[in-house]
Amino acid sequence: MDSKDQDKDSLYLKLIPYFEKYGILLLLVIMIVVMHFLQPDVFLSWRNVTNVFKQISWQSMLALGVFMVIVTAGIDLSVGSIMMLSLMILAIVAKAGAPWYIVVITPLIAGFLCGLFNGLGITLLRMPHPFIMTLGTLYIFRGTGNLISGGTPISGFTDEVRYLGHGRIDLTWLGLEKSQYLPVSLVLIAIVYIIFWIFMNKTRTGKWIYAIGGNPNAARASGINVNKILVIVYSLCGFLSGIGALILAGRTDSGYPNAGLQSELDAIAACIIGGASFFGGRGTVLGVFAGVMIMGILRNGLNLMDVSSFWQQVLIGSIIVLAVYVDVLRRDFGTRK
Amino acid sequence: MSSANQLLLEAKNVTKYFGTITALENVNLKIHAGECLGVVGDNGAGKTTLMKVLSGLYKPSAGSLHFEGKEKVLESPRDSQNLGLEMVYQDLALAGNLPIGENIFLGREPTTNLGLLKFLDYKKIKELTEAHLGKLRINVKSADQKVEELSGGQRQAVAIARSTAFNAKVVIMDEPTAALAIKEVGKVLDLINGLKKTGVGVIVISHRMDDIFAVCDRVMALFQGTNFAESELSNTSRDEVIGWIMGKK
Repeated sequence: MDSKDQDKDSLYLKLIPYFEKYGILLLLVIMIVVMHFLQPDVFLSWRNVTNVFKQISWQSMLALGVFMVIVTAGIDLSVGSIMMLSLMILAIVAKAGAPWYIVVITPLIAGFLCGLFNGLGITLLRMPHPFIMTLGTLYIFRGTGNLISGGTPISGFTDEVRYLGHGRIDLTWLGLEKSQYLPVSLVLIAIVYIIFWIFMNKTRTGKWIYAIGGNPNAARASGINVNKILVIVYSLCGFLSGIGALILAGRTDSGYPNAGLQSELDAIAACIIGGASFFGGRGTVLGVFAGVMIMGILRNGLNLMDVSSFWQQVLIGSIIVLAVYVDVLRRDFGTRK
Repeated sequence: MSSANQLLLEAKNVTKYFGTITALENVNLKIHAGECLGVVGDNGAGKTTLMKVLSGLYKPSAGSLHFEGKEKVLESPRDSQNLGLEMVYQDLALAGNLPIGENIFLGREPTTNLGLLKFLDYKKIKELTEAHLGKLRINVKSADQKVEELSGGQRQAVAIARSTAFNAKVVIMDEPTAALAIKEVGKVLDLINGLKKTGVGVIVISHRMDDIFAVCDRVMALFQGTNFAESELSNTSRDEVIGWIMGKK
């Protein structure tokens, strides 16, 4: 190889990590620009942008939880059911007249315990794959939610309970109009994502989560208690689903049997679009956020253009396949064989 | 050096059952400081099981381990690491998705603690990694390179660097050259000779007579889970050792 070739090669190789890290954001920006040109008056309006964030608010929590699980090379199919069960428990506790600060923490505790149940099942019962345990709990948790609520919606929460999902931060002091408010859920998304970004990238436990996904035997041989870390990951995933339930309670003012139905698949899709590898060890919190945004913007944009929801399904499916194919191509020249 | 012949690790009558299968029966092993012991045996002779017992991954069904004269019970690989007993696995036990430095310190990362949270000290990891790789004369482009981007020999070097990053006294290597290109084998054998000079006891499990005769001082053969033969390297020959592997004396 002559030196000119080598320069070209090394520039290529230098760009790969950036592409790996920020390529998905590029796709997001392109989508935003395209949507803006297709719907110049509406798409980037204050109302529509805040709408997108409100729509993705609870899905973004599920996706973040599933993301951590996918990094360990696992899967959590039960997040939608965890959210539904947590929501139903919240509704029942609220209807029983508990003070708002109790009502607000119940879904978080319920979600955490559901996740803990998954984690302990996978490790203690030595399930051959997390798919099986969480497929089981997908049914168990939703069934339990219907059992305790009688399968009927329970509506009507106080403003404090609805604050995270429905609250508005007034910006008139900035000279903006009354309609130009900031949804509390948007601030919540930002805070939760920043916390988990720090957790995954800066803490030792976060590093071990990546190590387990990269090579569980290496992690074990390094003295890492793999089962303990897995239990933590599934518990956190359940906890985030519990936050999702609290947001959804605020948005819909109701606990209802179909809450979060099939949302586990949306969460998985967002992770995959965002560059998380199903084989574990790969993916970023920023990527998941981009994945959630891409799905949210796609749905929102297609709704604005009055495209049927059937086409939305076809498009989202196509993007999943395309995103993973791009990832395959990237790895072809990124990794030594 | 007075400690050159110090007995570091001794396994006494180690027996290991997996259900009804006897993988090891009354196996004895000794390793001294600055010495290299070659362990040979056919597939299924119990070599890897013995090493996993020594590293704390398996608990022996019977028998005992003695480190520097004291009996020790190893509950996990962490226990053996704390004693200064390190293992380089055949499958290398590296996480390809992580950089070299993070692999070397995996499980023992330097951290800054903030309450319950332990934040990684990336700067220190990088500094320590570069210093350690320099000491072992291992050349890589950067300590930040991901392990999956390395060649087989470089990965083996990282695995050895990993095993010696914490003042190891005994390093156990399972088939250290098995997956390597021929030109990389020499480098790894040089690394092993370098380790011996620093007073580390090295146990090498290998099928390759070339490796055994290049670095070892003593060789022992396992056959069907038992001690079969043992000799100073100077008192034996390749043909004899190959015979032991097949169960012939």
